[in-house]
Amino acid sequence: MTPPDFDFPGRGVERPAVRYDKQGELTDSERVERAMQAFARDTTRTVATYLESCIRCGHCAEACHFYVASHDPQYTPIWKLQPFRRLYKKKKITAQELRDWQELIYDSCTLCGRCTLACPMGIDIAGLVTRARHAMFAAGLVPHELHAVAERAEREGSPLGATPKVLKERIEWLADEHEVEIALDRPQADILITLSSIEIMKYPASLVALAKILNRMGASWTIRSDGYEATNFGLLSGNSDWQREMSLRMIQAAIVCKAETLVLPECGHAYSALRWQGANMYGRPLPFRVLHISEFLAEAVRAGKLPLTRLAGSITFHDPCQISRRGGATSAPREVLAALGADLREMPSAGDANWCCGGGGGVVTVHRADDHRHRAFELKMAQIDATGAEHLATSCSNCRLTFDDGQAHFQWSKQMESLLELVADHLAPRAA
Amino acid sequence: MDLLQFARGPGLAISVAVFVIGLAWRLYRIFRHPAPRDFSAPRRSPSWPGGLRAVFSKMLPPGGVKIRGAQMLNAYGYHIGLALVVFTFAPHIAFVQRYTGLHWRPLPDPVAFIATAVAILGLLMALMYRLTDGVQRLLSSFDDYFSWFVTLLPLLTGMALIERPYYPVPSIAPALPTVPVLLAIHLLSLELLLIWLPFGKLAHAALVFVSRWRTGIDFARKGAAV
Repeated sequence: MTPPDFDFPGRGVERPAVRYDKQGELTDSERVERAMQAFARDTTRTVATYLESCIRCGHCAEACHFYVASHDPQYTPIWKLQPFRRLYKKKKITAQELRDWQELIYDSCTLCGRCTLACPMGIDIAGLVTRARHAMFAAGLVPHELHAVAERAEREGSPLGATPKVLKERIEWLADEHEVEIALDRPQADILITLSSIEIMKYPASLVALAKILNRMGASWTIRSDGYEATNFGLLSGNSDWQREMSLRMIQAAIVCKAETLVLPECGHAYSALRWQGANMYGRPLPFRVLHISEFLAEAVRAGKLPLTRLAGSITFHDPCQISRRGGATSAPREVLAALGADLREMPSAGDANWCCGGGGGVVTVHRADDHRHRAFELKMAQIDATGAEHLATSCSNCRLTFDDGQAHFQWSKQMESLLELVADHLAPRAA
Repeated sequence: MDLLQFARGPGLAISVAVFVIGLAWRLYRIFRHPAPRDFSAPRRSPSWPGGLRAVFSKMLPPGGVKIRGAQMLNAYGYHIGLALVVFTFAPHIAFVQRYTGLHWRPLPDPVAFIATAVAILGLLMALMYRLTDGVQRLLSSFDDYFSWFVTLLPLLTGMALIERPYYPVPSIAPALPTVPVLLAIHLLSLELLLIWLPFGKLAHAALVFVSRWRTGIDFARKGAAV
């Protein structure tokens, strides 16, 4: 039995601009049918609770950087779910509605979850958008660039072409260039290090930093060419099978080398994908711990395994949404910065309520979203400028990439740095 | 059977039955869906205290996030006003006692009168926001406007009934008003609210606990903020 349709959306309201990509040669009815089936599969008790509970108060709007940057009501987070609320209620939707909503589901949601903080009903809107992406992927309605990198990750094992061969070559080059031993494919190790392809291809100094720190700690560690890529575009694009496959590679590699701890790289959604969803993809609890690199560093600092020198000057820290707000690891980077003796100048609403950089959730890959993303980035710049801090650090390479893009776009004076690299640069000299 | 007899008898019985069965149906719509087990290693365990915390902490404005201050203040106003008038006005307690035997000490009449005024003004402001605020206007549907109407109606019909002091309570069964049909209309407006509540957004009176609890325990598991 389905209830009468009392919640048809407001009439006379401007619909989102028509701008969409598509995959496959499906008919409209096939796309709708696939979206319906995917969304029905995803409708758990939690999803149903959320879709039943919205009171349309609109408080989530003020929490969304894409709304605040535009003041366009269509960017109200819960509105991004409108067709999917109708799917849940077994109401008819059209392929055109799905196409119209592509921009709202992909281009203008970073899955940052700030709206969840604002929702008086506690609805996890970002979690619902993730489900909506599954439906959009099934319907073949994913932005072209995001689909392309996700498909490449599935085909080559890495979204940016950091194949095992490229990884080996990079490691050989970096080890030689920096005179540091980078452990690769050791048959057994206590710690399995995983990487983000953004680090491998754009910020390779991160690999050197990792090696310096782990070697200094005397840790038993390795990178494995059969499971190194933590970036998970299956999650971002909305393909659960690809997400599972990427996660299982790392899980199997950790099991093969009998790792006790799997350390995730400076990558936000990699943390969501493996720390919080990995075991569910595996179907049972993981036989090893999963830590973000900032948590690993904080543990090492706490255990006295990481003597550091003082970081000169003031610094502010940008919290990656998936690690802090949605991941629960907000304190870890601050412990590390405290160990560095840093003059930490927190941004307004730092920590759990931090503004997103605007590039998460795959948005940075979608070029048609650049204008809106840059406007949202202005919020971030204002937050950072307000601190007056000399340095700026984060623990997510995707955030770093977004900041580099924003810096170039606005010719901004601030340069984003990596927390991991800062630690490596401030390792105390060995006692004689 | 006159209108008042109907409102006090079959009308009330039917509306309460619809309310109870409808709310059970609404909750069944949620709980019939699967709840997959979460195999991730919890950061905090047990997570149920997080659910409890979220139920209460979400009553307060969120920290660190800009709020729609006037709208939020207004919402506090009419929610508190409604609660006061429903649960502390002497005739309402007498009504509950007549059917259930339960009773508690009422508050003086002026409290209920002020609460009613606050609730009515608050609801009028809420409608103004819904019609003028771009975000709320976009989100709004028939449910929002009809729910607003059925919430306001018992307040207005109740105001029309006030004709003498009700507190201190002289006897537990107050005398009929001068115009009994006004009491019948007031009761019928309440019955309309009860009948509609399970099927529209007013069900948030119950769903708020389910939704906050769910997020609270899920996020407590991760150590994440709600």
